Amino acid sequence: MRILAGGTDLVPWLRDDLITPDLVVDIKRLPGLGDLDVVDGALRIGALVTFADLVASPLIAKFLPMLGEAAGTVGSVGIRHRATLVGNICSAVPSCDSGPPLLVHEAMVHVIGSEGGRVVPIREWFLGPKQTVLDRGELVAHVTVPIPPVPRGAAFVRLSRYAGEDLAQASVAVLSLPEGEWRVAFGALAPTPVRAPAVEAALSGRQANDGAIADALRLVPDAIAPITDMRASKEYRMAMAGVMLRRALHLAETRRAGAGPAYGTAVM
Amino acid sequence: MRITITVNGVDHSVDVRGPESLLHVLREEMALPGSKNACEQGECGSCSVVLDGDVVCSCLVMAVDANGSTVRTVEGYADHDVLHPVQTALLDGGGVQCGFCTPGFVVAAAELFDVNPTPTSDEIREALAGNVCRCTGYGAILRGLEELAARNAGGGA
Repeated sequence: MRILAGGTDLVPWLRDDLITPDLVVDIKRLPGLGDLDVVDGALRIGALVTFADLVASPLIAKFLPMLGEAAGTVGSVGIRHRATLVGNICSAVPSCDSGPPLLVHEAMVHVIGSEGGRVVPIREWFLGPKQTVLDRGELVAHVTVPIPPVPRGAAFVRLSRYAGEDLAQASVAVLSLPEGEWRVAFGALAPTPVRAPAVEAALSGRQANDGAIADALRLVPDAIAPITDMRASKEYRMAMAGVMLRRALHLAETRRAGAGPAYGTAVM
Repeated sequence: MRITITVNGVDHSVDVRGPESLLHVLREEMALPGSKNACEQGECGSCSVVLDGDVVCSCLVMAVDANGSTVRTVEGYADHDVLHPVQTALLDGGGVQCGFCTPGFVVAAAELFDVNPTPTSDEIREALAGNVCRCTGYGAILRGLEELAARNAGGGA
């Protein structure tokens, strides 16, 4: 069984026989799955919320601007009108653009099924390419993303072959939080989107100066496992991961200080 | 399953099976071949239509999913001999080569200009980022639309 929301992955996968479900269940008319609101200090993003919704949302702009920045890089206008954030993490391709931002924001995935509900930390969600912990008979009702404390600054940096409809060759999400806490995650650089705890530890309590960044960059090769495919070689991905992390760290720090380019400004 | 879709103001009822796409139904069942079938992956934009107010790739929408909705295809932009300003701008600017991608560009650009008659070059590029021209005639397309935006800005001043 597969769940249909936006269908921007599901429909071509069905057409090409990449998946052959016995049942496709359209959830678009179920009530309550389209919510995009604040509940208990977190943004609740329902299963039907599209990337276009996220780009246009004042709540996202105010509380999670880096998630909006990432949403604006997904596909093209025509894709963003249909594709949902929840669908993106359920498709779970390695280049999934929501993965790194949700990882650094420590989002929770709210699953419902015939046996009741469960809440899965995003860090435990991805099992491999196109594989998640979601079981048959379950669906994701919504994702909750805690509103981070201030002052905060963040950056999503994405590399692709051209600006437009192209999957990421690599992506980096950085979140800078009070008391020198840094969170770092990578996309399209491993079988799943990944957090990089060793990189975060090297940065902990430090400013994003040359010394701290050099220490962080030394740990990047062990944090990721890029492959060669039609979009990029593993060597290029490995080299660019460092370039992108450096830019993302600077960007997050300047934004945390209330300066720097607006969220959504391309830096690659 | 019997579905009804309002396309360019006309109700169409057809029988569809399985994951048949909206694009396929428009072209093969409703005699509206303006929307083109190229990549069928949502990467080229040649099948762009407006579904309940939003530009979408009709190759990625199941026809059953569009049941009860309102669709505008490229056939719905000209009023007989009176073209949409975007169509005129592409004609005047030479923004058409082989023409295969043109319907998608017309739909995407018309939706942009109908909301924002004076877009910046960056806004035009962003709105058209999902449309591929295999003739690589982007320069003329963009220049034609930038001229339309400039004319609109001048007329409103």
